[in-house]
Amino acid sequence: MSYRNRTIPELVERAIDGDNRAVGRLLTIVERGGVQSEEVAALTHPQRGRAHVVGITGAPGAGKSTLVGRLLAEYCRRGHRPAVLAIDPSSPISGGAILGDRIRMDDVVPEGTFVRSMATRGHQGGLALAVPGAVRVLDVAGFSPVVIETVGVGQVEVDVVAAADTAVVVATPGMGDAVQANKAGLLEVADVFVVNKADRPGATDVRRDLELMLDLAHVTGADTDASGAVFRPEIIMATATSGEGTVAVVDAIVDHFEHLHISDRLERRRAGRVRAEIRSRAEQELLDRLATMLHTGELDDIIRDSVASHRSPVQAAAEIVGRLTGNH
Amino acid sequence: MPFGGVRDIYRGGNRLSPAQTPERLRVVLAKLGLDGHDRGLKVVARILRDSGMEVIFLGLRQTTSSIVAAVEQEDADAVGLSMHNAGHLTLGPKMVRALDEAGLDVPVVIGGIIPPEDERQLLDAGVAAVLGPGASATEVVESVRSAIVASRG
Repeated sequence: MSYRNRTIPELVERAIDGDNRAVGRLLTIVERGGVQSEEVAALTHPQRGRAHVVGITGAPGAGKSTLVGRLLAEYCRRGHRPAVLAIDPSSPISGGAILGDRIRMDDVVPEGTFVRSMATRGHQGGLALAVPGAVRVLDVAGFSPVVIETVGVGQVEVDVVAAADTAVVVATPGMGDAVQANKAGLLEVADVFVVNKADRPGATDVRRDLELMLDLAHVTGADTDASGAVFRPEIIMATATSGEGTVAVVDAIVDHFEHLHISDRLERRRAGRVRAEIRSRAEQELLDRLATMLHTGELDDIIRDSVASHRSPVQAAAEIVGRLTGNH
Repeated sequence: MPFGGVRDIYRGGNRLSPAQTPERLRVVLAKLGLDGHDRGLKVVARILRDSGMEVIFLGLRQTTSSIVAAVEQEDADAVGLSMHNAGHLTLGPKMVRALDEAGLDVPVVIGGIIPPEDERQLLDAGVAAVLGPGASATEVVESVRSAIVASRG
């Protein structure tokens, strides 16, 4: 029987029993969104929370996929059953994508590891909804850690990684100096730094720049969380192509997870993730309604009316929002 | 959010329910066995991407079992194999059987250097389509698309 025709409860049941095909099918459903994905969320949400969710990001070509391949092998060696969501961009022109992360992991990843390639599919918010849903499916299926790998460009991608239990940022030599390292963004969300391509000239400079940046975080108190606890991310030197440093990277990721278990840090981080997801879902819901308005021509009518009656765009927008939320 | 964000949702049309995005066909592309010539496969990847499909690019030195695992995990709709090592009569049917044994109703399309007299044998063994060096981009896309449609009955 084709898995396309199986019911969602049946697929979830099978996924829990370790059926990779059912997991694969559920991920497709989650990716597409809509009513079916809500059913998946309803069935997987109550059971989640066992997996250690690790986000990995960095510039294109930093060696993320190769590093992830090494990390998976190391996790398997330690007796874990890891899964990866490897996110690559969709073409803004055709909507298609070439998902090439698997090819970098192929040589080192042991059989039985679950690797899923995911395309960003263009529209805003889609990824922000699909990723938490996909993580839940992999969690329910018993995988841990669940690694999310994405190119660190774009707010959504950074948010996705920042919402992980442990965020790993991969830096490489030749990407800029200490000033770059102090710019806001990617570097602020890191719980673990990996300086990849450590066999290349300039790697120790990258390390020094990152150390300096972390020193400054201490000066301003940015390394101190709400409970007053100080956490300084570790910086690990690695060469993913040879596997050098892999063990230390996994150690640092595991150490960070243990650190989260002190007091209620893990709960707080996960609560933040739920908050972000709820927000994304609400935004998406409003956007869908707006899209429907646009589609039916209702929006065009409002715009025409407001131009004809010399109302300000602010007033017209307020009317649209009123209609969207049913308060009119 | 800019207006473009809203329009994006409608790009592609054909939505099944209000918030569901259109289906994206997903194709696993691989070279099976010892065969180092992957230029053609890269061209096909680009053609399929530009037609709006998602290509899971496995590249060189894959095995039937690594491809089966990828199809399962990626929930792929089709497998595209590129063959330039004259192994197609052995490996083509072997791929079809491996997918069959795993219970995967996913079509296999083979491209590369396939002598015309071998084509019938491959099709009889369950390969959905065979594409030669002269195939146009449109033919590539259409053969993959119709193979998927046919497999779904």
